[in-house]
Amino acid sequence: MTGKILVGFDGSDSAARAVDYALGHATAEGAGLVIAHVLEWSPYSFLTPEELAERHKRRNEELARAESALLAPLLERLSGTGVPVETELKYGHIAETLCGIATDHGASQIVIGRTGHSLLAARLFGSVAGTLAQAAPIPVTIVP
Amino acid sequence: MTRSFAGAMAAPLALCALAAPATAQSIDDRVNEIFASSTGWFVNFIFAPLPGTSFPWIVLWLVVAATVFTIYFGLIQLRGFGHSIALVRGDYSDPKDAGEVSHFQALATALSGTVGLGNIAGVAVAVGIGGPGATFWMILAGLLGMASKFTECTLGVKYRNEYPDGTVSGGPMYYMRKGFAERGLPGGRILAVFFAVFCILGALGGGNMFQANQAHAQIANVVGDYPGWITGIVLAGVVFAVIVGGLKSIARVTEKVVPFMGILYVATALVILGMNADKIGWAFGQILAGAFTGLGVAGGMIGALIQGFRRAAFSNEAGVGSAAIAHSAVRTKEPVTEGFVSLLEPFIDTVVICTMTALVIIITGQLVADPATGLYVLNEAGTAIATVDGNTGVALTSAAFSSAFGWFRYILVIAVILFAFSTMISWSYYGLKAWTYLFGEGKATELVFKVIFCVFVVIGAAASLGPVIDFSDAAIFAMAVVNIFALYLLMPIVRRELDSYLARLKSGEIRKFR
Repeated sequence: MTGKILVGFDGSDSAARAVDYALGHATAEGAGLVIAHVLEWSPYSFLTPEELAERHKRRNEELARAESALLAPLLERLSGTGVPVETELKYGHIAETLCGIATDHGASQIVIGRTGHSLLAARLFGSVAGTLAQAAPIPVTIVP
Repeated sequence: MTRSFAGAMAAPLALCALAAPATAQSIDDRVNEIFASSTGWFVNFIFAPLPGTSFPWIVLWLVVAATVFTIYFGLIQLRGFGHSIALVRGDYSDPKDAGEVSHFQALATALSGTVGLGNIAGVAVAVGIGGPGATFWMILAGLLGMASKFTECTLGVKYRNEYPDGTVSGGPMYYMRKGFAERGLPGGRILAVFFAVFCILGALGGGNMFQANQAHAQIANVVGDYPGWITGIVLAGVVFAVIVGGLKSIARVTEKVVPFMGILYVATALVILGMNADKIGWAFGQILAGAFTGLGVAGGMIGALIQGFRRAAFSNEAGVGSAAIAHSAVRTKEPVTEGFVSLLEPFIDTVVICTMTALVIIITGQLVADPATGLYVLNEAGTAIATVDGNTGVALTSAAFSSAFGWFRYILVIAVILFAFSTMISWSYYGLKAWTYLFGEGKATELVFKVIFCVFVVIGAAASLGPVIDFSDAAIFAMAVVNIFALYLLMPIVRRELDSYLARLKSGEIRKFR
């Protein structure tokens, strides 16, 4: 089977385990990996005038940092495995954006790491894993 | 909760007040005296009446401009209203631009700079002097002002400076210089310098001293009278921490709480109106009758009109040019989209929020009327309508709201302080942009302005309302003199942008992303 597996990657230990898990499946199935990093962003948040003026600059800095600190080292680690890897770096609501990326790439499943928030925090703020499990159009695997 | 919070805030202030009552009072008096005598000539010039009348030329200047833009752009505030809302909702935003400044964010930031004391204290001043009829003229000025905002914000985005590092600087200074050059008109640079000077004065006046002054008045109204310079120093300290110390957390909290306060304010006003639903018809009757007869106020109909227009302009800043600075940071390929978004600002600020305040003051019966004639009774000096408890400014609004809900005065204290604070932060930025336009960018020049700004917080809190409100108005209207002159000369450019945009919208070249 030649599909794509989408991995949500935020640099955490559990995200690294999610990558390993997805890599195992991709190797076995002859599938490709799509590594996605989503920067949490709402167009309805409030900024000061100074933050508005600097937003474009900050955005470029955030993208460059994510590229060099998160995605580049991961790509290097995956380069020897022979599995084709693509990356996506986007802004938005994390779960929604991951669903969008999955659809764009025609991925067959999504793998993410568990964030390990306490029950209370998850109750209050919702969790990416929980929302994704409810909203995703394709199967989701949550790696502890 | 609210009560104990207000109490906790008030206690240390009250202690300071007890410590040095005699010397403090004289400091306030001296500040007031020096301030009034050194700014009087400027105020007199800006508010000079038209020859042979009592009508200030500046008010006519603003209203004529707003009317010209309304006609020139074919009632854009009505035609474009629906499209403006679609833009703010993000219907036309490219998902690839996520993470950039959205239309909503630019609007929210510009609004938090304008919604504030103008809506609470300014309206009370307008209705207190001009009577209910001032409300009618205020609403009309708000509706017309939408076209002025549309014009200036489109130009603000079109002629902003984008630097290689990705930051932007925009505002009237930039469209005056670049727009005039593009049209081959002389004098753009000189006009820009004038605007920048007035913008600095406006930032220190309406954007700073008036805010500090009314924040102090509001605290004193609740905890009892104490010297203004104490509030001034506390406020200046917090402003200093944010704009010099870069304490973003305070600014961020304010930016989140301010919209919430705005909604709470409007909701409370609606509840009070609902409780007095039987009087709403009467109140609108008073507004309409007062608009054309004055109902006994000083200056009659003209008095009502002047107050309404003046306070509306001060509240929504349409034509002043300040919003063009805030809106210019949005990420859009079409400058005119930001014009559409910005026209919602005078609507929300003046047509909705200011009208709420005015209605609550009228309906709760704060203004003293003669039951026999139905005309309003003037105070002893004959300058304003007598109020039930002799309140003016923000205290009048506070009395009106707390006549229905006693606890609201505490909410209003917090709201006024937060509104004042967020307006100060916005204006410190507008003033800074004008300052760096004149003296160049750089850490040292920026610091000089920021320190001056903080000093004026203390002066504003210590001076009395009269001189401060006059100077604040004068400085802000001086910005409008220069800005509107430039808008007249540059409006054909906006027209071209608008026509081209609407044509592409109609042909389907510009389409919704969702």
